[in-house]
Amino acid sequence: MALRLVLHSLRKAFNRRTVFENVATSVSEGETLLIAGRNGSGKSTLVKILCGVLSPGQGSVEIDGAGPLNAFTRKALFGLVSPYLQLYDEFSAMENLQLAAALRGLRGDVRTHQELLVRVALDPKRGDPVHGFSSGMKQRLKYALALAHQPRILILDEPMSNLDADGTAIVRSIMSEQRTHGILVVATNDLSDIDVYERKVDLNVRA
Amino acid sequence: MSGRWTSMSAPDAIVLRWIRAALAVFLKDWRSELRTRYAMSALVMFVVTTISIILFSLGGEGASPEVLAGMLWVVIFFAAMSGLSRTFVMEEERGTGMTLQLLTPPGAVLAGKLLFNLVLGAGLTLLTVVLYAFFINGFIVRTLSIFLLTIALGSVGLAAASTIIAAIIARANTKGTLYPVLSFPILLPLLMTVINATRLASDGAPFSEAAGEFQILISYIVVVITVSTLLFEYIWKD
Repeated sequence: MALRLVLHSLRKAFNRRTVFENVATSVSEGETLLIAGRNGSGKSTLVKILCGVLSPGQGSVEIDGAGPLNAFTRKALFGLVSPYLQLYDEFSAMENLQLAAALRGLRGDVRTHQELLVRVALDPKRGDPVHGFSSGMKQRLKYALALAHQPRILILDEPMSNLDADGTAIVRSIMSEQRTHGILVVATNDLSDIDVYERKVDLNVRA
Repeated sequence: MSGRWTSMSAPDAIVLRWIRAALAVFLKDWRSELRTRYAMSALVMFVVTTISIILFSLGGEGASPEVLAGMLWVVIFFAAMSGLSRTFVMEEERGTGMTLQLLTPPGAVLAGKLLFNLVLGAGLTLLTVVLYAFFINGFIVRTLSIFLLTIALGSVGLAAASTIIAAIIARANTKGTLYPVLSFPILLPLLMTVINATRLASDGAPFSEAAGEFQILISYIVVVITVSTLLFEYIWKD
């Protein structure tokens, strides 16, 4: 059975301010979902709800076709890249990848992690502490972290932020690969590729 | 990924992954602490400074066992307040709390952080007791068994309560002041009991006389860890 992510009438408010309401859509394996909206419209809040790190005020997020889920397998479905996802700066790129695997309750596979660092062009810096990385390098490492466990749902919040031309090309290849074998969710202001998304949620309409 | 666990039953796999995740949280905090020394420096400086002040204020004169037992735990309490909150506060200050939420279940985070605070709290208590016994005149332990068990149970209780309070205050704006204020009423039963047990150890009371204190300490630890486990997911998530 194909994986399907269903959003049922989501509403979120902070104190008395409603960020969004009646957000409902569904996206299946092989499809992409665009979450669009101006600054402050709640894109990142919706992304956090999808990943399960924030609870919706009303509504629910349903995952169909993933089989029985426990605390670990549910988290393993998702890979997230976002500006507010922070890395452990005192550790190296490789240590961050190993740590993420251990926190998922898995033994980190060094070879897989090395291949990922090669893919995001960070392999020469794999032993350097992350606090010495530029913002673009940190963004590349976030991609390696998000892909390390081969998530079926990849969520990218402002996917191109801080990336140079090479980094952008890497991300485009990651996105097109995810489209073929999983669900891709992109939250962005950049609507230049709007036609490639099968499903769209426009938070401007609801804000 | 799922292939790794095919030879195990699902509950075994979850338990193993949970233990591995909790250990990863502990080892991450420990390695991070060894590299940054935020909590350790604060704890050591606090203990050394406070014992020096007690030493200067007492001069060459001693004090009663009741007063000395109380002062020992005052040093340990305030030193714990200066260092044991770091484990959660650091995650919030650096913004890595969400990374942990995304990667690992809340129970594993609590277990890893509790383990880290237990080790740090035990180190803090040991350092304080050694310095206190060495420098403070008149601090004599006549019943070692009562004293050692009091120190052990007191450290565990202090670490358990400090961990859940740290999780609560980590998201507040006034972390520094809120931590001791919120901790004091929660730690008061623990502090009163360990002070009393330490006084009994100084007086040379038989072990059986302190049995009531130990029952209170064990009950306190069980209650705090149980309540922490039940509440942590709600504290941690939103």
